[in-house]
Amino acid sequence: MTVTATTAVTTGGALPGGEYDVTVVGAGVVGAAIARELARFPLRIALVDASDDVGDGTSKANTAILHTGFDAVPGSLESRLVREGHRLLAAYAAESGIPVEPLGALLVAWDDEQLAALPGLAEKAVRNGYRAARIIAADEVRAREPELGPGVLGALDVPGESIICPWTTTLAYATQAVRAGVDLHLNCRVQKVTSGETHALATSRGPLRTRYLVNAAGLYADEIDRLLGHADFAVTPRRGQLIVFDELARGLVRHVLLPVPSALGKGVLVSPTVYGNVMLGPTAEDLDDKTDTGSTAEGIALLREKGRRILPALLEEEVTAVYAGLRAATGDDDYAIRAHPAQRYVTVGGIRSTGLTASMAIAAHVVELLADGGLPVAGARELEPVRMPNLGEAFLRPYRDAELIARDPEYGRIVCHCERVTRGEIRDALASAVPPGSPDGLRRRTRARGGRCQGFHCGAAVRALFEEARR
Amino acid sequence: MSRDRTVDVLVIGAGPAGLALAARLAGAGAGRVEVLEREQDAGGVPRHCHHGGFGGPVRPWLTGPAYARRAVRAATAAGATVRTGVSATGWAGPLTLETTSPAGLERIAARAVVLATGARERPRSARLVPGSRPAGVLTTGELQQSVHLYGQDIGRRAVVVGAEPVARHAVRTLRRAGAEVVAVITERSRGTAVPGVPLLTATTVAELRGRGRLSGVALRHEDGRCGLLACDTVVFTGDWIPDHELARRGGVALDPGTRGPCTDASFRTSVPGVFAVGNALHGVERAATAAGEGDAAADPVLARLAGAPWPDPGPPLVVRAPLLWVTPNRLTDVVGRPLLLRSAEPLTAPVLTAAQDGRLLWRRRVPARATSSRSLTLPPGWTDRVDRSGGPVVLAIG
Ligand SMILES: Cc1cc2nc3c(=O)[nH]c(=O)nc-3n(C[C@H](O)[C@H](O)[C@H](O)COP(=O)(O)OP(=O)(O)OC[C@H]3O[C@@H](n4cnc5c(N)ncnc54)[C@H](O)[C@@H]3O)c2cc1C
Ligand SMILES: Cc1cc2nc3c(=O)[nH]c(=O)nc-3n(C[C@H](O)[C@H](O)[C@H](O)COP(=O)(O)OP(=O)(O)OC[C@H]3O[C@@H](n4cnc5c(N)ncnc54)[C@H](O)[C@@H]3O)c2cc1C
Repeated sequence: MTVTATTAVTTGGALPGGEYDVTVVGAGVVGAAIARELARFPLRIALVDASDDVGDGTSKANTAILHTGFDAVPGSLESRLVREGHRLLAAYAAESGIPVEPLGALLVAWDDEQLAALPGLAEKAVRNGYRAARIIAADEVRAREPELGPGVLGALDVPGESIICPWTTTLAYATQAVRAGVDLHLNCRVQKVTSGETHALATSRGPLRTRYLVNAAGLYADEIDRLLGHADFAVTPRRGQLIVFDELARGLVRHVLLPVPSALGKGVLVSPTVYGNVMLGPTAEDLDDKTDTGSTAEGIALLREKGRRILPALLEEEVTAVYAGLRAATGDDDYAIRAHPAQRYVTVGGIRSTGLTASMAIAAHVVELLADGGLPVAGARELEPVRMPNLGEAFLRPYRDAELIARDPEYGRIVCHCERVTRGEIRDALASAVPPGSPDGLRRRTRARGGRCQGFHCGAAVRALFEEARR
Repeated sequence: MSRDRTVDVLVIGAGPAGLALAARLAGAGAGRVEVLEREQDAGGVPRHCHHGGFGGPVRPWLTGPAYARRAVRAATAAGATVRTGVSATGWAGPLTLETTSPAGLERIAARAVVLATGARERPRSARLVPGSRPAGVLTTGELQQSVHLYGQDIGRRAVVVGAEPVARHAVRTLRRAGAEVVAVITERSRGTAVPGVPLLTATTVAELRGRGRLSGVALRHEDGRCGLLACDTVVFTGDWIPDHELARRGGVALDPGTRGPCTDASFRTSVPGVFAVGNALHGVERAATAAGEGDAAADPVLARLAGAPWPDPGPPLVVRAPLLWVTPNRLTDVVGRPLLLRSAEPLTAPVLTAAQDGRLLWRRRVPARATSSRSLTLPPGWTDRVDRSGGPVVLAIG
């Protein structure tokens, strides 16, 4: 069967009439992955988000690690989905050009208590199906990470951990979904749900009708749940503040440096990013306000104190960004993925700190739950592959690609000097299937304005290009 | 697959410093002198400084754009090649730069390379100012370009952070763009007031507020008082850092005080054949100072082309607090030009000392006022007393 796709991304005005087969609320990495998975079937699908862009919630602000799941709670749903998600996303990334660097992680022990915890963690990794972790001695740790601060006692080596580009991941899912015919409605906040034969959603852009409903609203999944009469979990935003250091710091660190988890949480890590920076964070603070993604003086001071111990030289480098993300914590130690077949409704809640890694596995699991609840899922097809623009520093960027520039000189015209973003890339992003809704969205697609000068040199030029494209 | 070329002198950056140097070199018959500029237009920062105040002491002052045009004309008239839209992205060898431009990739080897890459203001993130991340948060550089080069809309109510001279330019540019400037804020106990704008001293920006667009800044006064100023724009001014990335990628040693390449009085860096001039050395000074450095670097560059040896680095020149930095940073030969010295605290007619290995080389009252944004110029005569094989030379107040 052929499905003729007319790509539709809408950002304003009334929503299309008629009835969708499935509507996914929330275009974060999880919702976009679900929409992409559903796009394989001959169904009419909508993906809606309150924001002006995909991936504008928690999915844009995390530590960007493709986890092995070695430290999950053995036997949990999260453990299984992270393990499967790791495999699926690694393969998908290779196929679609999402930058991934398999650096491996070291869980560094700085005191006797942490050292004593390593064997238990190694054993837990095995129970999570991960067998490659092993304990290494202090001198090996130091040889592999010469810039570490004094006092290292040993480490757990987890060679399978990788770093990934979270922005391109969400965007790849959304792009593929939209190209396959999914309607993406942005600036579209779901305010009320009336359920009967179909679900009637009241949104900030008017009514939308759908037979099946998937709630992937991240921090607001509990609120959407309540609209459908469920109150079995509550989301507490757990803020994580992060500091991103300049690319010139990249030479200081070779692995993801994880802390040994304690009773107080997972702790502060130091990790390279695929953009060639070094990241320090996150904090863990339980808040009441689901919109409070601000950084604080205390948070920054705490991170600097921790960072100084882990990698003293890092603190001498320039900072390019400070930001915060909110984990959707539920007080439970596992994902809150619940099917309500009678309501033709699935909740994807509590996707706290591993949702990027697990996204594709969560999507497959959710589609199974929908099918169990009666969604017709015959006639699956292969999706047209996507090839995403490369944002990864370890791979060939356009400004270094002689052949590409020869074909199109716009890839030789650098606009953002710190991040070496060319006019060709900005042009492509502005004309892409899921175009950016703001200069920040453009940054997540190209890195433009994301560097050390934060716009001193290029800010005006980048804004001009953005505004010109919108006219 | 890049094209390989060779020139005599390759200058990176077509601001006042690079252009002045190129003009002198080309005029002196240095061979092929090529200046690379990554922007579409040459001229450096003055291109977007639409106020008077540029050039030599002969008044009337020129506006920035007029000054930039004049500098570009002088360089090209002297025979230098100024290429715009070309970014130096890295090094392919000790004296070979990699470049990207719409014409493709190149590797340009030179007999002498000069870094004239300028400086930038530290943005909000580098200053670790907490809060949300709304639109409407700028540096003066971005503000000036937005208004003067692109005619973009700026907000209605603005706060300017910093009270160095550049803050005055920010105020003027904001007003010209139709914004009301509600306050100039400085952490310092003093600052230059701008007529008609409240100056809040000993005050820090504790937090930025607002989603989407800036809605206000939370302030904290030294004495503990707090407040909130409603505004939709905030401009972070001053707090300069040299654009030293190319230098670092090339293994050029930096001075810990300036964070620019460490040079001797002849603008020689730690890498033989690589020179550095202008704001790349020390953060922002007047354009005439940057151009003066470019001009003065011509002789040492010519000497290098003629085969003069690259001297071993002499003793470092270091400062003691509250002094922030001094240029040059090494003493390899007798210094012929005044030294530039910057202090963190205001100093009026300070007594300065220079000592080496416990030996006092020089002690003098300098009859001038220094601030955190205005350098002292020190006479260089005493530098002939420095023992070239001795320890660090320490400048202090004493
Ligand atoms: C500090 C931090 C570090 C992390 N590190 C990692 C890591 O290293 N590796 C990893 O795998 N994971 C990590 N995570 C977790 C990961 O980021 C999340 O699990 C993932 O982004 C969750 O995606 P989501 O789609 O569920 O939520 P979101 O990205 O928040 O998406 C939810 C979307 O729903 C929309 N929405 C909400 N309410 C409505 C409504 N009423 N109507 C319409 N739309 C609505 C929102 O606008 C939002 O776009 C980290 C998280 C944090 C905070
Ligand atoms: C807001 C403001 C107001 C000012 N007002 C005055 C004033 O009134 N009077 C006055 O005398 N001075 C003023 N100045 C100072 C004056 O502009 C500077 O001193 C002068 O521009 C410094 O010259 P420069 O050549 O060192 O650097 P810049 O002018 O910064 O030039 C450096 C050039 O190098 C280029 N470049 C950098 N890296 C690369 C690379 N990798 N490849 C290619 N090109 C590169 C940059 O694009 C830039 O054009 C002001 C400065 C500012 C910011």
